[in-house]
Amino acid sequence: MGHGSVTAGRQSISFRRRSVIPGFGLTFGLTVTWLSLIVLIPLAALVLKTTELSFERFVAIVTAPRTLHALAVSFGISFAAALVNAVFGTLVMWALVRYDFPGRRLVDAIVDVPFALPTAVAGIALTALYAENGWIGSLLAPLGIKVAFTPLGILVALVFVGLPFVVRTVQPVLADLDKQYEEAAASLGASRGQTIWRVVLPTIWPALLTGFALAFARGIGEYGSVIFIAGNMPNVSEIAPLLIVVRLEEFRYADATAIAVVMLATSFILLFIINRLQQWTERRTTER
Amino acid sequence: MSVAEIAPPATAPARVIRQAPPVHTEPPAVRIAIITVALVFLGLVIGLPLVSVFVQAFAKGWQTYVAALVDPDALAAIRLTLIVAAISVGLNLVFGLVASWAIAKFEFTGKSFLITLIDLPFSVSPVVAGLVFVLLFGSQGLIGPFLQANDIKIVFALPGIVLATVFVTFPFVARELIPLMQEQGTSEEEAAISLGASGLSTFFRVTLPNVKWALLYGVLLCNARAMGEFGAVSVVSGHIRGLTNTMPLQIEILYNEYQFAASFAVASLLALLALVTLCAKTILEKRLTREH
Amino acid sequence: MFRRLAKALLAAPLALSLSGVVSQSAHAADTTLLNVSYDPTRELYSDLNKSFIAGWKKDHPADTLTIRQSHGGSGAQARTVIDGLEADVVTLALAYDIDAIAARGLLATDWQKRLPDNSSPYTSTIVFLVRKGNPKGIKDWDDLVKPGIKVITPNPKTSGGARWNFLAAWGYALKQNGGSEEKAQDFVKALFKNVPVLDTGARGSTITFVERGLGDVLIAWENEAYLSVNELGPDKFDIVTPPYTILAEPPVAVVDKVVDKKGTRAIAEAYLKYLYTPEGQEIAARNYYRPRLAAVAEKYKDKFAKTQIFTIDDVFGGWAKAQKTFFADGGIFDKIYSN
Repeated sequence: MGHGSVTAGRQSISFRRRSVIPGFGLTFGLTVTWLSLIVLIPLAALVLKTTELSFERFVAIVTAPRTLHALAVSFGISFAAALVNAVFGTLVMWALVRYDFPGRRLVDAIVDVPFALPTAVAGIALTALYAENGWIGSLLAPLGIKVAFTPLGILVALVFVGLPFVVRTVQPVLADLDKQYEEAAASLGASRGQTIWRVVLPTIWPALLTGFALAFARGIGEYGSVIFIAGNMPNVSEIAPLLIVVRLEEFRYADATAIAVVMLATSFILLFIINRLQQWTERRTTER
Repeated sequence: MSVAEIAPPATAPARVIRQAPPVHTEPPAVRIAIITVALVFLGLVIGLPLVSVFVQAFAKGWQTYVAALVDPDALAAIRLTLIVAAISVGLNLVFGLVASWAIAKFEFTGKSFLITLIDLPFSVSPVVAGLVFVLLFGSQGLIGPFLQANDIKIVFALPGIVLATVFVTFPFVARELIPLMQEQGTSEEEAAISLGASGLSTFFRVTLPNVKWALLYGVLLCNARAMGEFGAVSVVSGHIRGLTNTMPLQIEILYNEYQFAASFAVASLLALLALVTLCAKTILEKRLTREH
Repeated sequence: MFRRLAKALLAAPLALSLSGVVSQSAHAADTTLLNVSYDPTRELYSDLNKSFIAGWKKDHPADTLTIRQSHGGSGAQARTVIDGLEADVVTLALAYDIDAIAARGLLATDWQKRLPDNSSPYTSTIVFLVRKGNPKGIKDWDDLVKPGIKVITPNPKTSGGARWNFLAAWGYALKQNGGSEEKAQDFVKALFKNVPVLDTGARGSTITFVERGLGDVLIAWENEAYLSVNELGPDKFDIVTPPYTILAEPPVAVVDKVVDKKGTRAIAEAYLKYLYTPEGQEIAARNYYRPRLAAVAEKYKDKFAKTQIFTIDDVFGGWAKAQKTFFADGGIFDKIYSN
């Protein structure tokens, strides 16, 4: 990092730190414009529609027990699925980047299947597998474990859709990490465990947080794959996006957008916190 | 101990080291354990569903498989999907590069806020992603009456499908590039600029080569997701057979007609497209690194 | 194999653009109708369109007529039309959905009086699909509330078909209990206690029952039950028609605003009237819809079990009222699940 620009930036109170690299104005401007056109204006329409409701009505809709339960299901299970993916996704990513084993390339390609497969197909395929007469479900049934048509089924679907987010965000960073660092650490007497904990993990940590955040975010809104496997019982396995669809079926657009706005605001705040954390760890590792 | 203390200068020379056998790695037992866990997990979560798609696709033999794909409605759907994916990926590629340059190479207030806004489409339910465009452009919508008066069709036609797809795949390329560019820092670009290179040539000669694999990843993922998007497109498509149905919608139609084999045949084609492009990518990557 | 596929892929757009050129040069009228319908009518309307176009072609040899189909959940399809999909005709699962379109001014609010028989050219009823040999001995609605019986039906909130199922059960319970709404509610609540999965659409439920092997009985439209038995395994299922059930009347209507804008009113009206002709009724009957025309009904009488049928107007006073009482937010269906 150029030390000149860093010190200048720390002292100034301007919008951005000065840098010798050009193009900030152009790229920043384009980013904000395009973002507004594709994301912000459409989402504003959502908020605008919600304002058709009185404040009392809005509160009544979003604090109804059924709504709260659906939100809890969506957020809770998405969080659990993102955790599962953070742990197993890191293992998968590690195996793919660091080890050579037969079929590695095929396995690498398979990780992206959840992106390519339409969510409805994923839902159907997973339900077929985990239903009591499916390949996996029939093995679990004697153990008394039911996956399809229970909240556990939602977890399976969300792990499926979220996995590539973790693997694909962390993978390039680990692949780009120069092995010299680890070798240097080892030659200074660090054990392998210490090297991974102290050298490798801090480097991939920001990317891992990003992957976690993205998998989490994706899970909250997921609809197509979940409705097939969830069972959709009100107050048990009903997800928030389904409740939105239910409101639309009743021709109550504003009620639907009210739930959507709450989901949007909540996930925005969660994502924002995680991104702040990620930027903070990023700065800590690059500045030291 | 931190990275900086033990790290060599960031202007490290070429990555010749990669070719040498790794000096330090985990013990074989740990290695085998990690690989096993990774494979079993992938097999359960992704492998088996994928296999079941192909098993079902070929359940009625080759003839049914091919017949499902050359059906006029299926061909129309494949064509529409390719058009939509091409436009969406192109737009998001340019945006991704521009946004990641602004975000990764500069320090500014509100950066996390901006990144979060870019992430937002991931967390928006596909149902809602389609709905917002209906709220804007539908005949009950904000500018719907204006569009209708001028006979401009956006929702339930190609533009609406493209818009929904761009929205859903919006973060892919940018999100793939930002962490990597941040991890790489700005020293190489600063060196190039101080040696007199222009901004544009720094971008093309220094930054782009450094992120080319991540960029390719991003584009492939964006493309896969664009072709596979179901929920949002379903809302804005209008479901007109042979006209506004994309491949995922065609899959749903066939499934709902109890033509399971045909439905999974179209689904397997989508999965196959993703697998082939990704295998091609890995082979290309290997060949290029060998040349260096 | 792949070459053939590639060729076909390339040929399709070419053929499409060529056909455009041909039809333009032939100075003939080129009409396209869009029929926005619900899920279970795909087969019915693909047959019907072929037959209608063939007949129309005889009178207009120089012209071309294309009828495009759009299918989805009935409520979602109605919303699509409200939001601007230019449907010449709508053929939906329940009158309430077309009422919703009419409420936005796209067609006259008295649309249901414009065609005979409440604008429902064919009817259906609600029946039970059970596993072969009927191992649980399910004969009537009472059997569905017995403990240990698993009932599969879609979510009435998201599926038009499921609303018919719900109202059929309610109508039965009302009759059984001398009109006591309280007892009817207890009955329906007990029934839904036996429902392990609420799919979002009728076909989703059928697949849960047939493919996933879940449940002892599927509540379904008669036409859907017949179709799934034929498509998915005649040797695996039986159809049980309960002695007292509801008359399901899927209505059809021309969307005034669209046909007047596109100038397709005459042909759209002819299309819907065709549904009432002997040929149209035959096609409906072949697709397991009960025909209205006495002559056709007589011909196919062995196909449809005799049963006592009540209508939504008799028992519930029409769709608007039923929708509000049972399926609106906070309605009876929500109450069933509220504790």
